[in-house]
Amino acid sequence: MSFSSAAANSPTTNSSQPTSAAVTLSHVSKIFGRFAALRDVSAEFAAGKLHAILGDNGAGKTTLLRAMVGLSQPTRGTISLLGNADLRAATAEIGYMAHPTLLYEEMSGMENLRYFAALYGIRDHQPCERAISAVGLDPALTRRVGQYSQGMRQRLSLARALVHDPKILFLDEPFSNVDVVSAREMVHVLAQMRDLGKTIFIVTHQAALLEGVADEFVCMAAGQISARARELPSSLERGAPPARTTL
Amino acid sequence: MRRTFVILAVVTLGLLTYALYEGMVAAPTEQTMGEVQRIFYYHVPSAITAFTLFLINFAVSIIYLARRNQKADALAVSTAEVGVVFCTVVLVTGPLWARPVWGIWWTWDARLTSTLLLWLIYISYLILRRYSTSGQTPVIAAVLAVFGFLDVPFVYLANRLFRTQHPQPVYFGGPGSGADPRMTYALLLNMAAFFCFAALVVWLRFRLERARQDFEETQALEALLQPDARSPR
Amino acid sequence: MSLGEITRVSLAKDLRLEWRSKDAINSMLFFALLVVVIFSFSFDPTAEESRHIAGGIVWVAFLFAAVVALNQTWARELRNQVLDAYRVSPAPANALFISKAVGNFIFVAVLEALMAPLFMVFYNLRSIGPAYQLVVVAVLATWALVANGTFFAAMSIRTRSREVMLPLILFPISIPALLAMVSATTAILTGEGAYRFWVVLLVVYDVVFTTVCLLLFETVLHAE
Repeated sequence: MSFSSAAANSPTTNSSQPTSAAVTLSHVSKIFGRFAALRDVSAEFAAGKLHAILGDNGAGKTTLLRAMVGLSQPTRGTISLLGNADLRAATAEIGYMAHPTLLYEEMSGMENLRYFAALYGIRDHQPCERAISAVGLDPALTRRVGQYSQGMRQRLSLARALVHDPKILFLDEPFSNVDVVSAREMVHVLAQMRDLGKTIFIVTHQAALLEGVADEFVCMAAGQISARARELPSSLERGAPPARTTL
Repeated sequence: MRRTFVILAVVTLGLLTYALYEGMVAAPTEQTMGEVQRIFYYHVPSAITAFTLFLINFAVSIIYLARRNQKADALAVSTAEVGVVFCTVVLVTGPLWARPVWGIWWTWDARLTSTLLLWLIYISYLILRRYSTSGQTPVIAAVLAVFGFLDVPFVYLANRLFRTQHPQPVYFGGPGSGADPRMTYALLLNMAAFFCFAALVVWLRFRLERARQDFEETQALEALLQPDARSPR
Repeated sequence: MSLGEITRVSLAKDLRLEWRSKDAINSMLFFALLVVVIFSFSFDPTAEESRHIAGGIVWVAFLFAAVVALNQTWARELRNQVLDAYRVSPAPANALFISKAVGNFIFVAVLEALMAPLFMVFYNLRSIGPAYQLVVVAVLATWALVANGTFFAAMSIRTRSREVMLPLILFPISIPALLAMVSATTAILTGEGAYRFWVVLLVVYDVVFTTVCLLLFETVLHAE
């Protein structure tokens, strides 16, 4: 697999940041019975950048994300986060958001965040309020999450991922079922996070939302990374898979 | 390997035949119980074999939890399955022996209850293995095996106080124990025969499990090299 | 935050949620009442006999009620894959286990506190031995059921027929504890028998199995 983009040394908005690798994958494969979701993936992802991961269903995007977060053990190969080969050591620096909300339906937004913040050792309510406000929700809302709209749930789930100020964010389809306005707001928030030095991985089908914001677009197909580009290839804007470059 | 297996098979067959003869014909008839007592030569060795197999299962499960070694898991499932079979033999021969001799089919004494419980625990282990949907079935099963085996001493202790109706063991403990040396010979012979037989069957099951594991690995490797038909090219 | 603090926070959350929805407790309460009534119909002994068998009947009834509670242990967490959030956090897995086990203990203890007087009424029971001993046995016995039960509920999460799998793997392993709790209760009610031995057995059982649960819970939580 090769890089079809220009060299990674081009100046970015974070030119002062050293581009050390946030996540390194080495020959990672994940096999479920007869199906190989990831096939010998090796890659380095620079810190302080927003990486958009694109691809069709079944390409392995979610599996890749779950492997990087430590929820899924690779069948082969190793992954290291922030230089740690043991993913459990880096848990405090990771924020994760997935398609299920990972929230308790029976509690309000603040209650959910207070609880999950506690898991990271945060006792005050201020980080929770900040996180909820950052995603455009009202911290004082006492409505239970079960009664939220889908867009609100996604935003609260993002807040949950942010509450402990992690260095790396892993987001799986954060914009699905979210109205365009909310989605754009979320993108704005994420761009701000990236500017603050966080590394962000976003798996999405809506590549157009991240145009101009993402530092790179990583295309996956059939369990491998097929292309990495700084610009969104026009073929992708229509959602079609990219032409296969050398592997 | 193959030659060792054949040799073991032949030895087992020989031992079993000889032991059958010794147990059923050559050994003297017991004074009080009569011919029925000969079940003893199957009941006791089965019990010891079953327990040994479960002990191996326990050890191998711990090894699996520590090292995630595939061979350990293959041995775990093999010993559990064969152990359950031998345990069933104990539970069937027990009542068959007890009924003519003491007039009752069953009694809740320490040893019988422990055996029944072992049987229940390892059946639940096998069911868990079959019904598990995760890719980490061996891990969960190994955890259950640890719990199950640790339970056994408690069962034994609990029952020793509760009731004691098993006859004074002929060979272990108690005054006036001991028996005709030909009986001892028949018993030891049957124990050797059963051990060899158990080893043989476990070996076969182990090979089967390893073959299944290898097959899965091959499938996995193939999947790595060729994408699934439904993935886009 | 330490293990203790996270445990406390998790337990508080569970109790608060249970108080709000009264999901598990309502169904359990009614189920427990039904069990008491059915058993009372099925076993209708004289006052003298009842002392000898009440221990067994009561604990079997509590066991079935406890299983209903235990099956609910992880229901809320499974709804939105909340366990994934737990797995990616630095929080120690044992905090989750202890908080769930203690929560279950409280629920089942409440059940027992409500069912016991009913049994005493239906069976015209009066204990010959000191009643405080019954409380000691109840505490030890309930913990034995609930600790293993919470653990096995987590193990059965990724199995087919989850609700059947839990009792299926829990019952065989709980039998020595069950024997001990029944015998201890009968010894107290009738005033005869080796009460002390059974209590010691329960204590040892609790210690051994709680330790094993604590050692292995992280493995089970992170099994995919």
